[in-house]
Order: sequence, then structure tokens, then C-alpha cells
Amino acid sequence: MGEAFQAQWAHFPNYFAHHVLLTVGALAIGILFSLPLAALALRRPALAPPLLGLSSIIQTIPGLALLALMVPLLGRIGVVPALVALVLYSMLPILRNAVTGANEVDPNVLEAARGIGMTDQQILVRVQLPLALPVLVAGIRTAAVWTVGMATLSTPVGATSLGNFIFSGLQTQNTVAVLMGCFGAAVLAIALDGLIRLGEWAAARRSARLAWTSIGLLAISIGLACLPILAAGFGDSNRPRATVGAKTFTEQYILAELIATKLRQAGFDVTLREGLGSTVAFNALSNGDLDVYVDYSGTIWANYMKRTDPANSEIVLETSQEWLANEAGIQLLGPLGFENAYAIAMKSQAARLKGISDLSDLAEQAPQLALGGDYEFFARPEWREVEAAYGLKFREQRSFDSALMYGAVADGHVDAISAFSSDGRIAAYDLVVLDDPLQAFPPYDAVILLSDLAAQNPRFVEALRPLLGAIGDSQMREANRRVDLDGASVHSAAAELASEIASRARPSDPPPNFGAR
Amino acid sequence: MISLQNVSKIYPGGVGAIERLSLEIEAGETLVLLGASGCGKTTTLKLINRLVEPTSGTVLIEGRDVTSLDPVVLRRQIGYVFQGIGLFPHWTVAENVAAIPKLLGWSDARIQDRVDTLLNDVGLPPDAYRARRPAELSGGQQQRVGVARALAAETRILLMDEPFGAVDPITRDGLQEQIKQIQKQLDLTIILVTHDVSEALLLADRLAIMDSGRILQVGSAHELSTQPADPQVASLLAMPRRQSKRLQSIIGAGATARDRSDDD
Repeated sequence: MGEAFQAQWAHFPNYFAHHVLLTVGALAIGILFSLPLAALALRRPALAPPLLGLSSIIQTIPGLALLALMVPLLGRIGVVPALVALVLYSMLPILRNAVTGANEVDPNVLEAARGIGMTDQQILVRVQLPLALPVLVAGIRTAAVWTVGMATLSTPVGATSLGNFIFSGLQTQNTVAVLMGCFGAAVLAIALDGLIRLGEWAAARRSARLAWTSIGLLAISIGLACLPILAAGFGDSNRPRATVGAKTFTEQYILAELIATKLRQAGFDVTLREGLGSTVAFNALSNGDLDVYVDYSGTIWANYMKRTDPANSEIVLETSQEWLANEAGIQLLGPLGFENAYAIAMKSQAARLKGISDLSDLAEQAPQLALGGDYEFFARPEWREVEAAYGLKFREQRSFDSALMYGAVADGHVDAISAFSSDGRIAAYDLVVLDDPLQAFPPYDAVILLSDLAAQNPRFVEALRPLLGAIGDSQMREANRRVDLDGASVHSAAAELASEIASRARPSDPPPNFGAR
Repeated sequence: MISLQNVSKIYPGGVGAIERLSLEIEAGETLVLLGASGCGKTTTLKLINRLVEPTSGTVLIEGRDVTSLDPVVLRRQIGYVFQGIGLFPHWTVAENVAAIPKLLGWSDARIQDRVDTLLNDVGLPPDAYRARRPAELSGGQQQRVGVARALAAETRILLMDEPFGAVDPITRDGLQEQIKQIQKQLDLTIILVTHDVSEALLLADRLAIMDSGRILQVGSAHELSTQPADPQVASLLAMPRRQSKRLQSIIGAGATARDRSDDD
């Protein structure tokens, strides 16, 4: 516990600082946009319902979906899409309270303001705004608390936040990490709420001193929280930067950490972008938001190249390398040495009992069985290929978080699942991977993908070359198992892999290239 | 000084509309627009400072067509007091009174001076009231501040729309007296709207009796009661006298009854 806590705590200042910056930035921009819109809605009452309606609609979009939507809309990952989504999300309570507050101003006061010769602008600024201020500030308070919560969801679009704790913690079964993320978000929400409440009191009592106290405390707190970012910004300004991506499962976290370690050793200032969706990571690499991440040849073949024909490992690797370079501006550096195939797995005992050993057997009994898959699986072309090749028709198909899928089949909630072949939980839960005699699933060699820019940097390439062909199926499975089942940290699993690679690597051996499996 | 010529205002609903109305108001007089609710008297008042724009006709102030003036500038030159009072709750009494001079960009010293003078005029000692918030004042005190605010820019014209409607009868009596004094002292031209006949008679130099968007008759209280142009005017002007007779008889009857019981 102590060690696990220390390992996570080391990330806290950085994640917290980014979270604060993201939240406060989104709020500030949200206020900046909401107030003129509120003024417009007040000046032209006909515009108020559509404006408030539109922002209500944005609110009804689930937070994660809104964030994810920003990635294709803006064509990039990182802080920008997260900020845009959070700004949109924060605007409703501010806009609504500004309009409500201003409309609740005593009509007699407004008539007097007009009667003594104030212009519309003067009425708005000198009368309506100050009188609506307590209600407006209450809206900002609501927005602040919502935004803190929603900002934890910006991890999957590549913005660092306290969500990094939560997403990686959920995927790697690390309760300490999850709790640290939740705790940090709660503390931030309570602190912001308290400081803005002070501002609300100031507005209600029309006390300038209280208002300045609130603003001052807010500024000081934000400044202190953001110190780690400033320190990092000044400290490493002349080191070359590298951004490493990871998708949303344990193996990806371990490999990203391993790659990050290698790059740091080579003198790079590394930023990790963890918990990215497959397409998000791929597009980010393609447009240079990421420098490197690990993907799988079959994913490239089926999802990006849209190929459906069966092919062996070498052909898939070679064709996809060429395609990536020409079509996506991505360089395939080479395979890591292990495969993480999509496969269908069952409990060994159940498979024996039902006499199922391959997918053809499964197809015969499928109408009585339930299949579980991760979020992506049923939408992926590989699944449609397999489904068509074997004529699979299940009684029921259910989507799970990949962390929960293995437990679901082990406990009998579903009969079969879409497993990852390198997952340590296959052995741990006594599951069996069903054969694929028609080779409907493509080969899934893990490969290092580089952005064009990174591939042109010899220092970058040389830092990662020792990893090529250096990780075997069993090593990867063991590393995954240690994290998923033994509760080891991603960091220690990556360190162990690194030391194994270092001890085996002989200087005389040139690093292997393609075909190393 | 103020002249409404053939002015009409048409509202979609018809309530408060006025029709081809003409009226002359002399400098330094108090003219009361008297009539039932919805007769158009408030509309008539608001035409003068362009809170309402006429559908047709002309409004002149000192010979100038008000439509040729910037409404904001116009309103800063004309005091406006209404039943809702509408003090700015986030400002002190002094800040409320200083509202128009501030808009006009007066110097701080001049504003301060003016605020103190006006607060004295309306019977609120500046030292005691300057820093108070409207919420700390009674209804009558609030309307005094309202009057001070309306007069702040050394205005000569004061529009008053049921100014004492929201204050209790005893306070109202005091306020009415005070307005008469201020009117004399500052030589104001006042146009006052009311549906209270007694108030109208007490304050008015001349009355304009309104009904359904038209003026039935204009004249002093004496002229209207001695030569009413219309049975409605006669009945309206006779009302206070009728009421006071009834009051007299109630009070008188009570006294007789008690006297009799004492005899037994």
C-alpha cells in the first residue's frame, strides 16, 4: 500500500496542476463567451429560448461523448479539444443564471433607469449586471463543480488530468490510483466551490473587500496549483520533446511506460498521453500530436486499410508498412516480438463440456450462447469478418469494459468473450482461446508506430530500436498478468521488462527486423 | 411650455391608448391628469419624455419637437417619479440621488453639494441618510429619495405618475405638502397623474379630466366644479364633497348616539 501510494503520489502534482489549468481555463473562457451571449439574449428576448435550448442540448450529450466528438471535429487531440468541450459544457449554467438573474431584476428599477435617461448599455452594466451578480456567480459555481468532474474525462482525448489516475487505475485494477483521482477531483471541486461561494457572498452583500479577497485567494490557489507546470516548462525547455500515446488497456500502459523510459534515457522530455481510443491515437500520430505508440498489425490491416482478405503475418506487416508511410504519414518501425490477437475465449471446463475447441464448433452452439466483447469489438471490421466467416449468431451480445470482461466469462455471465491473446488473465481465469481454422482474424503483431517527424530523428529511432523483437509472447503476458492480477504498478512491470531486455541484449547482435515473432 | 398637439397612440390591445389629444401646460404650473385606470393618463405622461412614442401628432417642449431630441438626453432633463419608486437597491441614497449628475459627468464636489441640498429639500438630513441603502428606508422615505433623484440635474420639469400610490395615507399627506413646497421653491412645472380626486384637487393648479383616451375638460378646480362641460366631470368633482358629507354624518351620528345613552 505504501509503495503503491508513493508511486501514484509522484504523479499527483502534475496531474492536479493540469486539471486545475484545464478547469479554470475552461471556466474563464466559458464566462467570457456566456456573458455577451446573455447580454444578447436580454437585448433580444426572442433569442433567449434558442440560446438556452442549444446549451441545454449540449448539456444532454454525455460528457465523454462530447469530448470524443471534439477530436474529429477539431482534427487533433490534447488540451484543445478537451478545453473546447469543457467550455461548451460550462456555458449553460452561466448563461442560464445570467439571463435568469437579469430577468429577475425588479421591473420598477428598470423603468426608473430608463426614466432617468440611462442608455440600454448603461442599464445593463450599471443596473442589471450588478443586481444579477449573486445569481450569476451561483451559476459560475455550478459550472465550476461540473467542469471539475467532466475534466476527469478528458484523459481519453489526450489531455492530462486527474482522469489519468482514474482511467489507468480502472484498466490496471489499481484502486489507489482510482481513489487518488477521485480524491483530487473532490478536493478541487470543494476548494473552487468554497472560493466562488465567497465571491457569491461578496456579490450578495455588495462588499468589494470580500470580492477582492475571493479573487485574490482564487488567483493564489490557482497559481500555486499550477507551479509544477511552470517549473517543468522552465526546467526542460531546451530538451527535445516526445509524446508517447497509449490506448486503454494494461499492455498499452506498460509499453508506453517502457517507451517513455527509453526516450527519457536518450534525453527526451517525455509527455505521456494515456487512455486514448484506437482511432484517436492513430489520427493523433498521423497529424503529429503523438510521436509514438504501439499498435497491432491486424488493427491497421482491418480498420485503417479496410482489408478483409486473409494474409500471413509477414505480408500484413510489409503491406501495412508501405500503406502507413504513403497514406497516413506514419512510419512502422518494426514489431516488438509478441502478438496480441483478438480471439474468442471460453472457460476451459465449459468448452470441454460442450465439445467446443474452435470457432466452427462455437458457431454450431452459438444460438444458445452469450458473447461478451469490449467496447470496440462489435463495431470492428475484424468481428464482422469472423461473424460472416463462421456464421456466428449468438443468443445475446454484451459490451463490457475490457477490465471486467474476463471476470464476466469466468463467473458465467457470458459464455464466451473477445479476449486479447497476450492477456495474463486468460491463464489466470482458466480460459481457453478457441482456434481460428479459417484464419478469419488477421495476425496482430505488436508494432511500434512513429510519426514522420520522430522517424526522421535518429536519436529517437535509436532509442527505441533495442525494443524491436525483444518482447516475447510469454514475457508480455507475464507483465500484463503482474499488473492485472498481482496488483503490481505499471511502472514496475515496465521496469522489469526493460531490465529483461537489457540483460538479454548482446552488443554484437544487431536488433532484429521484420518477421521476429 | 409643453404642448401636445393632436397626439394619438394606438396599442394592439387598446388599453391605455389615446386619441387626437391636445394639451398645453404652462411653465411653473402643476397640471394633474385625472381619470380612471386605463384612460390613457400614464401614456400621455410618458409621451413627454419619450418613454412612449406617439403613433401620430406632435409633442413640443419649449417649442422643440421631442422627436428631434435624443430620448436619453431628453430624459436626463426631465424628472420622472412613479408609483414603483424604483430606487437602485445596490446603491446608497446618495448614489441614487447622484445618478443623473453622474450620467451627465458633473464633478464630484458639485454632485456632493447637490445631493446634500436635495436631501435637505425632501426632508432627509444628509448626515443621517446619505449612506443608507434603499432597503433601510420606509416607503415614504424611499419616495422622497425618488423625488430628489428626479430633481438632481436641476430639472425644471417633473413628471409624476401616481407618485404617492404606494405610501400610507398619513405619509401621503406629508409628501403632498412637501411637493407643493418644493414646486413653489424651485418653480417647477409638474405634470402629475392620479386617480385620486382629493389628491388632484389638493395639488393641481389645473386639472385635465381624462376618459377613454380623450380629455373631457381642462381647467382649475373652481372652473370645473362651477362650469362642468360634462355630467361625468361634474360627478367626479362632486365626489370629495359627497364623501366628506357622508363622513360627517357617520361621525356626527355616532356622537349623537353616545350623548343619548349618557342621558339614560
